[in-house]
Amino acid sequence: MDLCGLAAAQMRRMLDSREVSAEELARAHLDRISRLDPAVRAFITVCEDRTLTDAAEAQKQIDGGGQGALTGIPVALKDNMITKGVRTTCASRILEKYVPPFEGTAAERLRRAGAVLLGKTNLDEFAMGSSTEYSAFFTTRNPWDLERVPGGSSGGSAAAVASGMAPIAYGSDTGGSVRQPAALCGVVGLKPTYGRISRYGLVAFSSSLDQIGPFGRSVEDVICAFEAVMGRDPHDSTTVDMPYDGSKAREPVLKGRRIGVPSELLSGEIAPDVSHAVRAALDLISDAGGETEEVSLPMIEHGVATYYIIAPAEASSNLARYDGVRYGLRIDADDSIEMMKGTRSAGFGSEVTQRIMIGTYVLSAGYYDAFYTKAHQARTIMKRQFQEAFRKFDLLIAPTSPVPAFRLGERLDDPMAMKLADFCTIPANIGGFPAISLNCGFSNGLPIGVQLIADSFQEETLFSVALALENLLPPFALPEIEVA
Amino acid sequence: MAISLDELKHVAELARLNLSNQELNAMQSDLNRVLESFRQLHELRLSGVELTSHSVDSTSVWGEDEPADGLSRSDALEAAPSAEAGLFLVPTIFE
Repeated sequence: MDLCGLAAAQMRRMLDSREVSAEELARAHLDRISRLDPAVRAFITVCEDRTLTDAAEAQKQIDGGGQGALTGIPVALKDNMITKGVRTTCASRILEKYVPPFEGTAAERLRRAGAVLLGKTNLDEFAMGSSTEYSAFFTTRNPWDLERVPGGSSGGSAAAVASGMAPIAYGSDTGGSVRQPAALCGVVGLKPTYGRISRYGLVAFSSSLDQIGPFGRSVEDVICAFEAVMGRDPHDSTTVDMPYDGSKAREPVLKGRRIGVPSELLSGEIAPDVSHAVRAALDLISDAGGETEEVSLPMIEHGVATYYIIAPAEASSNLARYDGVRYGLRIDADDSIEMMKGTRSAGFGSEVTQRIMIGTYVLSAGYYDAFYTKAHQARTIMKRQFQEAFRKFDLLIAPTSPVPAFRLGERLDDPMAMKLADFCTIPANIGGFPAISLNCGFSNGLPIGVQLIADSFQEETLFSVALALENLLPPFALPEIEVA
Repeated sequence: MAISLDELKHVAELARLNLSNQELNAMQSDLNRVLESFRQLHELRLSGVELTSHSVDSTSVWGEDEPADGLSRSDALEAAPSAEAGLFLVPTIFE
């Protein structure tokens, strides 16, 4: 029996009944990684020693009866999540050799929960991109078609889960970087409400938008992965202590739910096969007693522009820390300014450089009001439109990605085409709303994702409907992956 | 409001990036396309609209001022490209 295709919840039962040990489970995943990852290329670092140490610790917890939902469950982390003693690169040359001296909060909570760290997954450099093609090291492949992208920026985590190399993985979602790769790889991906999960130890890209989120092959697994890391953290003052009821979240209810369908997300930009699959999901929801109704949220059309001002502006400020002084790459020069310039130019790839330039420009004297101020005003209007919709609807539903997985290289030459990949996901980041993507079908063998969006801190409703919808859709099955 | 080559050079200087004329030329048209796409925001009626810099309403968080261990000096210096006598070492800043 292949352990690696099971849901984490099933692994939990087998660990608890001693059908399998934490070490056997860890080794099964390490073996699968060594067999498949040369083709998929999801991992930047596999930390085998740490994996086996974690597994031994987890087994002690299980034997002592003190286990939780993730004790002994293998997990992978996106390589922009700080892990003490395990290299954390952000898929950038500037951090290629960086071994952090501290543990980020998510990694720390997972360690305490007894989760078993397999390794660190590939991403677009500093999480800037939608395909993992902007990784400074290599491109991750989509497990459903190795000639296509897995999405991004958390493409490595999505591909690891979809290919059975990890039952649970974490990523970060700034403009869709968990949900879009989840959709393109056919797995479940969650962006929680901004403030639910600590960003301490998440390498900062755009601090007002970044949020850590989990991937899994079932909604239940994603709920457990969310619960393991959520909650207020003294190290991140933007985390909040809002109520969350895990048992309410686990009651699948569709009947009587009022679900809005933003018309802007089922029109022009959306590929026909995607809107077809999403409409089929809407029919399933209606048949199950959910009440769907179209709603217009015109500010969605301005989401990409708003996002591509705010995110690069914040990034240009956050990435100022890479100066060759305290950690990371240094290119030596005769004076400090030249050292910084040489270091940054050698260390950042072209996409990151471009975004730093955009961000610096929109924040510079004379342009600040024309761009940055306007983007924050647009953000206000967009958030209000969504909040207005949430007075009428329990949830909104939309495609996750306008297109299924595209071919490697297909969008690299067009600066706007790649950015439009996040058209459907950006609004939830702008407003801070929680959103989850599930697979709702396939087109020519490629997965298609549907996204549910709830009002801030309404994760219970989000999960409840996601579980009910998942029950109406075909279960996940691992793709066949041909290894050369 | 297309961005000129001189402006690009100035922005690169602000961002502490060395970009060759060739790189700046290549970047100019891409950046102008991106900036052009921002123009749609100018068509919105935004005057008087308040700014949202943070998506979730936040309040001041107060905490007791309790000393706790942070990174040790040696841990903090471990990843430094160059360190000496417990300090980060950098090239000359001024003569």
